[in-house]
Amino acid sequence: MLSVKNISKSFGGIKAVDRCTFEIKENTITSIIGPNGAGKTTLFNIISGLETADSGKIKLAGSEITNLPAYKIAQKGISRTFQLTKVFRNLSVKDNMMIAKKTSDEEIKKILKSVYFEKGIGTISSELSYGQQRLLEIARALSMPHSLLMLDEPTAGVNPKVRQELKTILRNLRKEGKTVILIEHDMEFVMGISDEVIVLNEGKVLKTGKPKDIVKNKKVLEAYLGK
Amino acid sequence: MILDFFIQDFIYFCIYLIIVLSLNLTFGFTGLVNLGHMAFFGIGAYASALLTLNGIPWYFAIPLAGLIAGIFGTMIAAITVRLKGDYFQIVTLGLAFIAIAVSRNWESLTRGALGLPGITKIFSNNFQFMLFAFFIAALIVVLSYLIMNSETGKIFQAIRDDETAAAILGKNTYAYKILSMAISTFFAGIAGSLLAHFLQFIDPSVFDLSQFIIVLVMLIAGGLASIEGTIIGTFVIFAVYDSIRFIVTNPELVGPLREMLLMASMIAILIFRPRGILGKVDV
Repeated sequence: MLSVKNISKSFGGIKAVDRCTFEIKENTITSIIGPNGAGKTTLFNIISGLETADSGKIKLAGSEITNLPAYKIAQKGISRTFQLTKVFRNLSVKDNMMIAKKTSDEEIKKILKSVYFEKGIGTISSELSYGQQRLLEIARALSMPHSLLMLDEPTAGVNPKVRQELKTILRNLRKEGKTVILIEHDMEFVMGISDEVIVLNEGKVLKTGKPKDIVKNKKVLEAYLGK
Repeated sequence: MILDFFIQDFIYFCIYLIIVLSLNLTFGFTGLVNLGHMAFFGIGAYASALLTLNGIPWYFAIPLAGLIAGIFGTMIAAITVRLKGDYFQIVTLGLAFIAIAVSRNWESLTRGALGLPGITKIFSNNFQFMLFAFFIAALIVVLSYLIMNSETGKIFQAIRDDETAAAILGKNTYAYKILSMAISTFFAGIAGSLLAHFLQFIDPSVFDLSQFIIVLVMLIAGGLASIEGTIIGTFVIFAVYDSIRFIVTNPELVGPLREMLLMASMIAILIFRPRGILGKVDV
């Protein structure tokens, strides 16, 4: 589904991503974990076209997408959310959804319901709580036609109720056979939902494997869990 | 006499309404703060003047003036819209100064400071021109409303709110920003053309930044991203601006008092309504 080969990115003298290589299989949930500053979001930004890679190649379903503009990558089937929500603040919930995909009110309501979004579609987005904005952003990403969904710290800054709902949403996505990449710090959540885990440290892939192998890996424990 | 005065005022109101609305399309709806907007107004005015002075009928000259301003707008946008925030504003402000310099110094085309007199009169009296200006202004109001409620208009507004998020949803934000500028500058060109035919004379003062300040005050007073707000803001500020003539008889005081009243009105509006009268986004 997604192939990342030797991707590197530097900001001045800092190597944010250093020859990262991994594969994402279809119909899996893959979590990318690592300490703060490990390069997780930069990697997400490179894959989705918001940053350009200095070197390396990225392929989506066999088609190269390296350094294409973000809108072209989105059109090729990558949908994503952000660590800090990026809803269109002055537009209604409905307009936010319609930017992603022109569809009927019924369809919009159905998608919103699937992510436990409770407000009316006419609500202006700036009037929503942070948690509701987070759910709207996920609904919007789900609404856009895509083959790969990338979620950047979906549980960050939300209350326990929304956090629980997010877990259920991801479990449902898993049941539906969606391909998802996730950046997340909630280890219990990551280990419970992921098929594969990629551990990044100082821009490099430290370890890739099944959750049960990751939690036992000494290097990972040292780098990430500090044990 | 008084009726004539009101007819003239209404024509000016219609022209201001078009230019404020056109600025709102980029500034309010798309988030592109184009400080060189009056350059396109002036280009429209000069284009229409030159076309009609060279034998082109006015009914072709007016849309062509809009088109020429729109083409300039598209070209400028293609170069500048990738610039973010302040950089875009500074470059477009520079454009306004370039337009003033060209109009003053390209004498073989513009006659410089002497201006272009004898521009075709398109109606025999001001009342007919007022109806025509009202028709054009109403048409542009309706078109703006349709555009901003269309899918394209919503994408403009999405870009204003968060360009990265719009791109990540598959929207070519660069192309949409150029389109927004093209539409906006086309309308600005039409407004300039109307002014040229109304005054039958045009000179470099059409590019003046003082004019832009009035337009900006009208826009902010009415509120960004609101077509109804633009109509009301333009009317209120125009009325305030013009009413001073009835209150103060000393011509030396009219100008400065006008400026003071203009600013006082805007401050008063923004104190009580920080988004302007009907604004939908923060100033």
